[in-house]
Amino acid sequence: MFNKTPTSGPATAAMPPAQQALGGQGIGAALARHRRLWLALLAWTITFVIFFPILWMILTGFKTEAQAIATPSLLFTPTLESYEAVHARADYLKFAWNSVYVSVGSTLLALLIGIPAAYSMAFLPTKRTKGTLLWMLSTKMLPPVGVLVPIYLIFRDLGMLDTRTGLTVVYTLMNLPIVIWMLYTFFKDLPRDILEAGRMDGASTLQEVGYLLIPLTLPGIASTGLLSVILSWNEAFWSLNLTSSQAAPLTAYIASFSSPEGLFWAKLSAASTMAVAPILIFGWLTQKQMVRGLTFGAVK
Amino acid sequence: MATLQLKQVTKSFGDTDVIKGIDLEVNDREFVVFVGPSGCGKSTLLRIIAGLESATSGDLVIDGQRINEVGPADRGLAMVFQSYALYPHMTVEDNMGFSLRLAGVGKEARREKVREAARILQLEPLLDRKPKALSGGQRQRVAIGRAIVRNPSIFLFDEPLSNLDAALRVQMRIELARLHEELDATMIYVTHDQIEAMTMADKIVVLQGGVVEQVGSPMELYHHPRNRFVAGFIGSPKMNFLPVSLSGANDQGVEVTLPGGRRCRVPVEGAGLASDSSLELGVRPEHLVLDDDGPLEGEIQVIERLGGQTSLYLKMGDELITLMADGDVAHRVHDRVRFGFETHRAHLFDGQGLALPSLDRHPLAGLRRQDNRAATDADGA
Repeated sequence: MFNKTPTSGPATAAMPPAQQALGGQGIGAALARHRRLWLALLAWTITFVIFFPILWMILTGFKTEAQAIATPSLLFTPTLESYEAVHARADYLKFAWNSVYVSVGSTLLALLIGIPAAYSMAFLPTKRTKGTLLWMLSTKMLPPVGVLVPIYLIFRDLGMLDTRTGLTVVYTLMNLPIVIWMLYTFFKDLPRDILEAGRMDGASTLQEVGYLLIPLTLPGIASTGLLSVILSWNEAFWSLNLTSSQAAPLTAYIASFSSPEGLFWAKLSAASTMAVAPILIFGWLTQKQMVRGLTFGAVK
Repeated sequence: MATLQLKQVTKSFGDTDVIKGIDLEVNDREFVVFVGPSGCGKSTLLRIIAGLESATSGDLVIDGQRINEVGPADRGLAMVFQSYALYPHMTVEDNMGFSLRLAGVGKEARREKVREAARILQLEPLLDRKPKALSGGQRQRVAIGRAIVRNPSIFLFDEPLSNLDAALRVQMRIELARLHEELDATMIYVTHDQIEAMTMADKIVVLQGGVVEQVGSPMELYHHPRNRFVAGFIGSPKMNFLPVSLSGANDQGVEVTLPGGRRCRVPVEGAGLASDSSLELGVRPEHLVLDDDGPLEGEIQVIERLGGQTSLYLKMGDELITLMADGDVAHRVHDRVRFGFETHRAHLFDGQGLALPSLDRHPLAGLRRQDNRAATDADGA
């Protein structure tokens, strides 16, 4: 008897709660569904536009040179011709090893320098910390070509041209500002109290970093490292200018297929596919980590 | 055994002076509470003692040794943070044993000490959990356990209960008092909550604007506040203040004219008061009584019935006066009531806000928490 109130008649009671909230009309819900559909369509379109060149590159790699320059067509008989030709001309593994060496090496070096730097900026800031951070970022605004000649000359005099060490150093310097910036923001999110509690417990600065800071900001450090690896892997300007044969990474490998005799699209595509495949797979495997790290502070 | 002395300690951040020359003595096994409004410097002072901040000038002395240059871990102190500051990636056991691990204590010895602390705090079933799987009160106990394991000469607490809900706060307050007794250690406790200060302290240090306003036992601060600030800060609800004019002074006390024209004599020292001094009368809400012949009159604005007691908020001119009346008081809002007070319960403050000293001391003003305990022990015997 108690629930027989005028508002809970049989018509409204049968409706789902969302429609009840809309006064039983359901127009708002339909509009919202419509909007979601359009947004999804838009997102898929943008994704396709971005992905298309990569798709086309992969497809072209499985064509003959003649097919590659013919009127584009999605219907063709795949062939490994270009891959065989590319393989015959250059030692892919050597280039790949160089890429792995310099990108991982420079990342480790950048983290080794970046973690203490970001630690001091995040936890022992001075009046100049903000300025230093901005200055570091400003170095990324300078076009690299602006310092090509001096760096080239220095590297020549130090005998570091076409060495993996040389390229590692350049990549470290190149990524250090970003690495420090990212680490700085991750470290800043860590409550100071925790490190202070560690200090009260008798931790030295090194123990504080090793036992507390690094384990607690590992997602952030990992995503910083991943980004640094990817940036180094894809870097072409310095690798093309500072290496020739011994230390040349995969970017140089791709470039070697665009020669003065003409462009060989199929071979170039096959080489490019092989060059980006490892980092693409790497990125795909670590994407969860990347997203988690990059949104670490935002969703806390 | 641990005593602490602060001698003219100051702290400045840039041009801002946060601590302006503090002298303080903390005796062995004393429970000292720093209390004051936010921004008064109480937390900074605690951090200076802990070694997390350095004093700009002045000396810190523990057991006769100057420790200004000694690192935080080597001062023999342990601190419990407001946020608990547990290590989120370690289990409760590892959290509590971290300092021992850093000190190179072996696994077995470490385990034993942690178990001992866990027993005191009833944390044994939680030792394998991570902090995020604990409730607020449990985290708080782990933070205290982490301090106990270090076996410090002085415990420092930085507003440890302010993140807990009201019921848990009362429970932890009692637990901390019990812990103080069981560990027999010196404790320094920072809070903005005067009830925590009153209930737990042997000695309260009231701070404001980086200076010590008064140091004393809870009952001394309550009955003999040194100035208007301490009088208003200690005690809940807040003390009422009324502007009064001086009518005369002799060795029996100071006679003042109340708003409404009646006179009364307050037993305080009035020698040296200028005849046109502007004075303020301070009476605590619990010392005001409804009295049809009372010297004061006001209109009831708000009534808050707490059951056992009733708070009446009375409008008197521009002032709003709080009066704690009996729980069964029958008045209604907008009733006009007369009220008064016992003159020896009243305080008088001069133009600078300093209290005129009472002619006789309250019998409980010198009471310490230990004295409470001794009395109950005697009763039991």
